[in-house]
Amino acid sequence: MITLWIDDKQYEAAEGRTILQVALDNGIQIPHLCYHENLSSFGGCRLCQVEVTRDNKTVLTTSCTYPAMDGIIVRTDTPKVKKARRFVMELLLSLAPDAPKIQDLAQEMGIVATRFTPAGDNCIRCGLCVRACDELVGAHAITFAHRGAQRMVEPPFAEEAENCIGCGTCVQICPTGFISMEEQGMERKIGKWKRTLKMKACAKCGRPFISFAEIAFIMDKVKNPPPADWFDYCSDCR
Amino acid sequence: MHRLTSVEELEKIRKITLEEKSKKSSCLTVCLGTGCQAYAGQRVYETLKKEITSHNLTAEIELKATGCRGFCEQGPILVLYPGEICYCRVQPENVPDIIKTTVIENRIIEDLLYQDPVTGQRFIKESEIPFYRNQSRIILGANRFINPQDLGDYLAQGGYRALAKTLEEMTPEQVIAEIEKANLRGRGGGGFPAGLKWETTRRAPAKKKYVIVNADEGDPGAYMDRSLLEGNPHLILEGLSIGAYAIGADEGFIYLRQEYPLPLENLSIAIKQAEEYGLLGTNILGTGFNFSVKIKRGAGAFVSGESSALMSAIEGKIGEPRPKHINTALSGINGKPSNLNNVETWANVPIIIEKGAEWYTHIGNATNKGTKIFSLVGKVNNTGLIEVPMGIPLKKIIFDLGGGIPGGKKFKAVQTGGPSGGCLPQHHLDTPVDFDHLHELGSMMGSGGMIVMDEETCMVDVAKYFMHFLKDESCGKCVSCREGTRKMYEILEAITLGQGKEEDIPLLEELAWVTSNTSLCALGRTASNPVLSTLKYFRDEYEAHIREKRCPAKVCKALIQYTIDQEKCNGCGRCRNLCPQKAIEGEKGSPLTINAQSCIRCGICREACRFEAVIVR
Repeated sequence: MITLWIDDKQYEAAEGRTILQVALDNGIQIPHLCYHENLSSFGGCRLCQVEVTRDNKTVLTTSCTYPAMDGIIVRTDTPKVKKARRFVMELLLSLAPDAPKIQDLAQEMGIVATRFTPAGDNCIRCGLCVRACDELVGAHAITFAHRGAQRMVEPPFAEEAENCIGCGTCVQICPTGFISMEEQGMERKIGKWKRTLKMKACAKCGRPFISFAEIAFIMDKVKNPPPADWFDYCSDCR
Repeated sequence: MHRLTSVEELEKIRKITLEEKSKKSSCLTVCLGTGCQAYAGQRVYETLKKEITSHNLTAEIELKATGCRGFCEQGPILVLYPGEICYCRVQPENVPDIIKTTVIENRIIEDLLYQDPVTGQRFIKESEIPFYRNQSRIILGANRFINPQDLGDYLAQGGYRALAKTLEEMTPEQVIAEIEKANLRGRGGGGFPAGLKWETTRRAPAKKKYVIVNADEGDPGAYMDRSLLEGNPHLILEGLSIGAYAIGADEGFIYLRQEYPLPLENLSIAIKQAEEYGLLGTNILGTGFNFSVKIKRGAGAFVSGESSALMSAIEGKIGEPRPKHINTALSGINGKPSNLNNVETWANVPIIIEKGAEWYTHIGNATNKGTKIFSLVGKVNNTGLIEVPMGIPLKKIIFDLGGGIPGGKKFKAVQTGGPSGGCLPQHHLDTPVDFDHLHELGSMMGSGGMIVMDEETCMVDVAKYFMHFLKDESCGKCVSCREGTRKMYEILEAITLGQGKEEDIPLLEELAWVTSNTSLCALGRTASNPVLSTLKYFRDEYEAHIREKRCPAKVCKALIQYTIDQEKCNGCGRCRNLCPQKAIEGEKGSPLTINAQSCIRCGICREACRFEAVIVR
């Protein structure tokens, strides 16, 4: 076990945990956007800033990427931390000024409006969708493309995301509503990935509930295939 | 080809090479670095070859294509030994005369000698030219004697002697101690002690370790590493091999910038030669030391020069920085201890080993030893690559080596450290150029870019230029760097367009703070320097743009106006003929006027006017 200090209190942590995880496990609130407990740490939104003292050196850093280490002293509420978080939040708000989740988080930090003109498309480049698609789903349908201000999430070569199975995980995990999914008759559309999928209807209630691409993906992945009629019924009717 | 199996064999082949070379009475060297090639150097070389053959001089003259000699604006440069007669800006049509007059008749061609732009004095010998005279070329100097594709030339210069000494006489600990004693600091810009870094990787508990050359040189206008790689590739390989031995690595990488075709060619040849001669590979020089080197080409991203991004790229991933809470010296490529140094740092290693740390530490000042190569460009008379002792004052570089500011104009600022460096004004010209002093003033050493600016440079425009570069080259992962640089750029652009607001300066300062304090890598953490240093030293220029809607240097197009002095204009019509907008009106023979509506402020009229009648307000 590792022993570290957060805001003058001592905590124990397992090897491999990050400062943010230890803090959240112990009920210490650190604002964060690009971190998700089931995904690898990314460190892109820069919101979870803390000050860490190690070997007599204090640095401002993101708690989601900093591993819990023996003897480190973490401070989550210094003026420097607050200043950094507030300004980063203001930048994030300028990227997605209308997203309720971003607005709420900004408001909690006392930011009502951003001084910057809104910068565009509502995507904050947190990369949750990319990591979810890679690490949770395993479809690898989308990725980051380009650099700097041009950076965005795209299917390969900005063409149709041929690996996308239409599972909707990216839609669910997106904090700003940048990615959306539409059901149109027997088709599901994810416009951002230029993907339209044929849906299978439930044999009982008739509701289109899963894409054929997703069925094929699951059948290919699982070692012990479910019964042949498993995908004939939706989860409500099964 | 004979694979060398001992140090004695290396010395034997060196002796044979030297004897072979001494058979020719003179040597004609032509610079074929990238710069001189752009000035028709290759054609000069081909013509020389033909002329030497047609005059039956092949037995006496050794014709040699060398790497970059640094004085690129005078290229192509040709030097004849013995005598060290140096001809500048040589063109193919000068070649027959050079062979006839200088080589055969032993007379000098005055017109081809270097002429000082200020005094008009001509110089015969390369080493007498003020640009070279004030340098200490311990690293770059060998370039002028070496055909980079010929291992023999490198051996003739004493090449691989340091490696032989290392493998035969020194323990790894002794090598590191020597590097530490020499106080060699990372020339890529960090200035971190190389010996300490080597020691960390050496002590790391792992079997597999890597040594890496950072050759992803990307600062605009800087080409120190390129000139070393294309001009003296074996020097880098030798340095890297010594490092590998000291650290305990058996594999090395050279991460080479995508846009460097000549270094790629010369390095590839050098690696192949070294492998053939047993200077790379297994059981090097029969000492039991094994080491192999691979070239990994970049893909055009500036940020891949950052250590962790570079290692990601070598692993085959996107070249994006990753957190370094455990540093790369302990956990780098594939989680293995990896020691990364820049090209110039590695180039210093064989020299330190051969001549000793004692000798080396006599160059430089108290905390910065050795020399540093700079790419001196901008509004300065002599542009090119210079190698100077650490701690030399800025003034000496700009005015003694650089020959001052062209056109009798006044010096305004010097930008050091590449895009994320800073601009220093006149009153800091006595600053010693080293890692510590430049950092103290809000600039940095960087990898060696040095851009001189004169009084006609607008510092807001300069900050905007660098911020444009940085916002495009930010990888975009951290919101603070991606949005911080973009928003700083947008504000700077608005200021130069005359749309600046009073609150812009404090907002720029806040953005600069958040970008440098909350971003992950060194690119983001230093990206604010152009803004902060210009605000620190040239705040009045920002204020003039914002409050008075005036560009003091008369650069920002939205804030200036071109007019014609009716007293001075004689109506010759030269400007009218050249104006792309047909904005100049009036009758020939009487003073002309500029239609402000259609004028695009390109300045062509001002350059064209012989009577200084075009005025910028």
